[in-house]
Amino acid sequence: MVSKNGVTLFENPGADITAFLLSVYQHFHFNYPKFYKMDNLSKLGWLTAEILLKDDFERFNYEPEEIGVVLTNSNSSLDNDLKYFDTISDIPSPSVFVYTLPNIVIGEICIRNNFKGEHAFFIQEKFDAAFIGQQVNYLLDNNILQACICGWADVLGQDYKATLFLVEKKKNGQALLFSPENMNGIFNTI
Amino acid sequence: MSKISEDDVFVVADNIFSPLGKTTAENFEHLKNSISGVKCHDDESLSPAPFYASLFDDSKQFLQSGDGYTKFEHLLIASIADGLKNADIDSTDKKTALIISSTKGNISLLETEENNPALQQRIAMSSSAKMVAEHFGFQTRPVIISNACISGVMAIITGMRLLKAGLYENAVIAGADVISKFIVSGFQSFQALSPAVCRPFDKNRDGLNLGEGAATVILSTQKKFEGSIKVKGGSVSNDANHISGPSRTGAELAHAVKQAMSDAGLVAGDIDFISAHGTATIYNDEMEANALALLGLQSVPLNSLKGYYGHTLGAAGLIESVVSIQSLKENLVIPTLGFAENGVTSAVNVCISPLQIDAVNFIKTASGFGGCNAAVVIGK
Repeated sequence: MVSKNGVTLFENPGADITAFLLSVYQHFHFNYPKFYKMDNLSKLGWLTAEILLKDDFERFNYEPEEIGVVLTNSNSSLDNDLKYFDTISDIPSPSVFVYTLPNIVIGEICIRNNFKGEHAFFIQEKFDAAFIGQQVNYLLDNNILQACICGWADVLGQDYKATLFLVEKKKNGQALLFSPENMNGIFNTI
Repeated sequence: MSKISEDDVFVVADNIFSPLGKTTAENFEHLKNSISGVKCHDDESLSPAPFYASLFDDSKQFLQSGDGYTKFEHLLIASIADGLKNADIDSTDKKTALIISSTKGNISLLETEENNPALQQRIAMSSSAKMVAEHFGFQTRPVIISNACISGVMAIITGMRLLKAGLYENAVIAGADVISKFIVSGFQSFQALSPAVCRPFDKNRDGLNLGEGAATVILSTQKKFEGSIKVKGGSVSNDANHISGPSRTGAELAHAVKQAMSDAGLVAGDIDFISAHGTATIYNDEMEANALALLGLQSVPLNSLKGYYGHTLGAAGLIESVVSIQSLKENLVIPTLGFAENGVTSAVNVCISPLQIDAVNFIKTASGFGGCNAAVVIGK
């Protein structure tokens, strides 16, 4: 399912991951041919970022260098690593190999949105809201960034989940406080 | 993390564990004598055709100890152990953080073990980090960074920030990568490997060499280390251009370097040398030279160490920072092996012979897949 700010926007029960990611792309009428070249981790993170930012982010308030991305997961790029490994015995595929790094999903989000600021990919056994909060707050409190997308994007086989948060220094009306409690509350609803 | 404090972040100890040696001193001695770890390897378990790389000759030594550690974990443990030996730091203190950087960790296990959920769990980098943390009795949850070829520099920046924010007093930062068929075949598929020892920034450069190894940097804000070399500032940026090709202009790497200098309270004139990424691919070196020219840093002495170590991936930023820290201590900048004639549009000042300078500050840069760039300023 796809949910944003507590509202369910789309469901496609029973679909496997490939079909589900494609159905999300089609449901929201996205038009980004590069999507089809991405591995599942990048598709998942890219779609989540698109939906997160859609209608709710005034990107022109910021310079590209003022917007960053901090992501975490537990399985790195293993889902695509296994797919790449299957190509080695035949003809190793450069287009699959390039996705054998977890931070490529950050690159895809940055390319799409022209975000040029700080970013980082951390591997964590479990979603760790307090750690993400520390990292992002450092970047915002020290004026290294003015806005940051952060959270979790993880895929392994048919198990997948992404939860992203848009954090801005400037408060807007409906925004929640960027706290580990609020992040955990949102992460645990799905 | 809250706002930065005024605490200086000191480099307390370091290690390089590579095919060139097991300590920083051993490594530096070899570099001073222009000895490279890069050789031709004819090993079917790594590549169907011979290729040039800097690899441990006796990889079996890492796997016969019977303690359940993989080669990747052995490298981290050996490097951290030597670093801690030379540091008056307690790894079991709640104020000591552990940061691990790697691009591929234990991925080579796919080549020798049966793929199943247990193996996938074993490959997860948090499994390795936990084992390494337990080995040394760390009490804090390890921070793991996997951000392509800037992982090592990013790990130093992350450690500096954790300390500046006052969350910890000490940080043990270690990076490692092991070269396996998985990695070699991927770089071959990109046609990124040089058929000989690589030639950073040279007119005839034709690709990179891979390398394996580990390195450790131990940082602390404790006042007893006053007078030590400091990590002064750092920054990370993204090209937002292409996932496997660098920026055409270098403006984004330039931004990271500029921000790192500003974070350190320094300007271009304060930088005495640059430890470049210098992979010896056509596009990387061109982009780096463009970035340095944008900042007026093109005449600052610069080296790339890839001709000695190859590209050690998640360890590269750490290995090359440690070499440069040693350069600060010995006032000796290591020349760039493989460079003969300028091959970038905006010429940079590539060191070709040992350079004795009374250096105060250097910049270490890195760039990688995903459009990532990082720069850290380290100095006296």
